[in-house]
Amino acid sequence: MISIQAEDFIPSEEYARLEGDKSSGGIVTFTGTVRDMNLGDQVGGLFLEHYPGMTEKALQEIIDEAKQRWELIEVRVVHRIGQMYPGDRIVFVGVSSAHRKEAFAACEFIMDYLKTKAPFWKKETTDDGDRWIEERASDQEAADSWNNKLG
Amino acid sequence: MIKVLFFASFREKLKCEELLVDEGSYPELLSSLKSQLAEKGDDWREVMMSERTLVAVNQTMTRKDVSLKSGDEVAFFPPVTGG
Repeated sequence: MISIQAEDFIPSEEYARLEGDKSSGGIVTFTGTVRDMNLGDQVGGLFLEHYPGMTEKALQEIIDEAKQRWELIEVRVVHRIGQMYPGDRIVFVGVSSAHRKEAFAACEFIMDYLKTKAPFWKKETTDDGDRWIEERASDQEAADSWNNKLG
Repeated sequence: MIKVLFFASFREKLKCEELLVDEGSYPELLSSLKSQLAEKGDDWREVMMSERTLVAVNQTMTRKDVSLKSGDEVAFFPPVTGG
């Protein structure tokens, strides 16, 4: 399940939606939040832009690839768009699987791929004005590293 | 007609969110569309020639040159920074 939404989400509610399948042996979740510092500057706010249509499609492809690599039961990805502030939740990824290793790996994989393949862009507000956040080489390296792993 | 979209910093830099390339005048290849758009000015040239620029055709990212047909949607955007 994928949701791209302006409104906040409640992690416990998202988690609860991953429960209930008796073949599940574990649930791994990740929640990303807005930091108040970036590149040494105080961040007052963050604006998230996306590409309606393509973002959903890209996320679905990432989930499909995760499901090919690992035996997963349920996957939920929630990503917020629009204006956010330090401390706010931005993204939720939750995975249930029969085995913990698969759930841990798939959750990390989905986040690594989301960060480099899903069309979202962050613009942050600092004391010096607004600026678009630039990509990090470490994020690309994290995503690329999955090419050399079997899963 | 081909719909061309720009996102994030590119949209702001080019002051353009969407443009339509009319029937008959649209190029047959993605590379020729880029050359055509690069002619619109220095900022356009910079965006079209940059190695950082990502391209999606019909909402799928591509690094190759592809042929275009009427109804296609081509998007140009900087590296993504979600999550």
